[in-house]
Amino acid sequence: MSVLEIKDLHVSVETDQGTKQILRGVDLTIKEGEIHAIMGPNGSGKSTLAYTIAGHPKYKVDSGSILLDGEEVTTMTVDQRARAGLFLAMQYPVEIPGVTVTNFLRTAKTAIDGEAPAIRTWIKDVRESMARLRMDKSFAERNVNEGFSGGEKKRNEILQLELLKPKFAILDETDSGLDVDALKIVSEGVNRAKENTGLGLLLITHYTRILRYITPDFVHVFVDGRIAEQGGPELADRLEDEGYDRFLTESNVG
Amino acid sequence: MPTEEQHGIKEHSDGRFGFVPVQTRSGRFKSFNVADFAPVTGREAVWKLSPVAKFTDLTAGELDGSVYPVESTPAADITVGWVDRDDSRIGTAGAPEERAAANAWSSFDQALAITVGGEEAKEITVTRAHLGSAPRGAHTIIEAKPFSQAVVILENIGDARLTENVEIILGESANLTVVTLQEWNAGAVHLANHFASIGRDARLKHIVVSLGGSIVRVNPSVRLAGPGSDTELLGLYFADAGQHLEQQVYVNHDAPNSRSRVTYKGALQGTGARTVWIGDVLIGRTAAGTDSYEQNRNLVLTEGTRADSIPNLEIETGDIKGAGHASATGRFDDEQLFYLQSRGITEDEARRLVVRGFLSEIVQQIGSKPLEDRLQAAIEAELRGTEEK
Repeated sequence: MSVLEIKDLHVSVETDQGTKQILRGVDLTIKEGEIHAIMGPNGSGKSTLAYTIAGHPKYKVDSGSILLDGEEVTTMTVDQRARAGLFLAMQYPVEIPGVTVTNFLRTAKTAIDGEAPAIRTWIKDVRESMARLRMDKSFAERNVNEGFSGGEKKRNEILQLELLKPKFAILDETDSGLDVDALKIVSEGVNRAKENTGLGLLLITHYTRILRYITPDFVHVFVDGRIAEQGGPELADRLEDEGYDRFLTESNVG
Repeated sequence: MPTEEQHGIKEHSDGRFGFVPVQTRSGRFKSFNVADFAPVTGREAVWKLSPVAKFTDLTAGELDGSVYPVESTPAADITVGWVDRDDSRIGTAGAPEERAAANAWSSFDQALAITVGGEEAKEITVTRAHLGSAPRGAHTIIEAKPFSQAVVILENIGDARLTENVEIILGESANLTVVTLQEWNAGAVHLANHFASIGRDARLKHIVVSLGGSIVRVNPSVRLAGPGSDTELLGLYFADAGQHLEQQVYVNHDAPNSRSRVTYKGALQGTGARTVWIGDVLIGRTAAGTDSYEQNRNLVLTEGTRADSIPNLEIETGDIKGAGHASATGRFDDEQLFYLQSRGITEDEARRLVVRGFLSEIVQQIGSKPLEDRLQAAIEAELRGTEEK
């Protein structure tokens, strides 16, 4: 069984005002098939955690480690991490000029699997996944994310999640900017991917809304760069009622 | 050859204080004689984006106009040979609008003539590989007889310090593709003006591919002279560190129901990589029913590059089907790289993926499979070459 372990992770970024410490000792273990929700106020470091796991060059790991089945991830390049089985669904996916969705998906699939997918089944897989995500066929020939609406970009992220079949996926605020219909479609896609591959999920969100459609096994509250409290799905309900004030007054004000 | 007096243009040439700026593209001063042009300062509209100080030998110096070695592949119904200056075709497709072109015109001993006959489709590659590094002027004629069709590939490799004029003459209903391929050695300087005149219902596809050389400037001017004439002007360029690649495209719709499409795409990579694209389209009073569109796209791969992109559209008649232009210069940046890498794609592969995707739109339209394959390989080599630097 695969496991992703984050141990005493400290992360900083360089800003115009100098080095800023963002993560201050994060401990988190996710096993295959588990869904963990990370919730927290803006600026608490949720997205930093997501991008650090994926290996974005902006974030510097000062200490601690990230282990995927015992292998140290922090020394891997971004593409090595993806090939090892990590996936980040981004909050703001960028446009890639000149590269069609079809070409991009095939190239990524080939890179992840180490060999080109069998053409006939691959085309069928892509077509079916797109249909389930209510993506029009014309998307396949458009350049990646170019001219996509916010909802279309998120669906394109989940399309990749379904097709690339990672061991662990981090969804960074995938729910933001989605109307309720799009949120349902995207959530169904995530649930389907989990059913099919048994992947582990780290769901990063500011709101509890997406948790109506994707039920977490664990909820962690992120405040000031570390986990302030954890529990089961009931913790999300409590946050829905009370908001984050309770945590902010304890540690983050002033 | 007509004189400047016959053209009625002598008065414009002296640069006196009464100088009136040219209002329309077709009104620019033209002359076959280099002495009619003032010395190049770099402030002229046609030179202001070019590093003119680096090729004064071509604009002001004496040029070697002798014949040079040419190799060509065998093709039925196509002749390749040298013709004298009094060949009746010379001067029929256009006239120089700047000093380097006029210098070449004044200097060449004989013109290289590529004459396409017959009605069957065929392909020829004409290679120049031994031009040497002394300043040289040259003249080429490509004539497609009525109803003929062919793909003519002009391959330019080796060293060069060359200024030249290429006249492309299409008879009625001819269907000609001209590909000019610049894969010069690193230090080469090449200034070219292509003048095309397209007859009734004829079709010219003209493709400029500039990859190698220090300064490469290929300026195609196309006159849609006959009713129903059609042109597709394509360009592909990849500028590395320190390279200057320029193209000034001019489409003159001078007959009814003519059609033009201009698509130039370029990539820039490395400090000092510089590209210039100017696209002038003139739809004249006689050109009712014109259908025209021009676009330029640039992909910037690294810091320290500069891409100029200037579309100009001049319309003298309201009775047209369409006229449009577009220009966009986009960056391949660290966030795009991160996105592709986060899907398992290596950095090298990511860069290749983006550039290949971007430029393949042009490559795929060349219409010669061996050349398309070769260009894909050349683009890959460009990418590898700059990674190693």
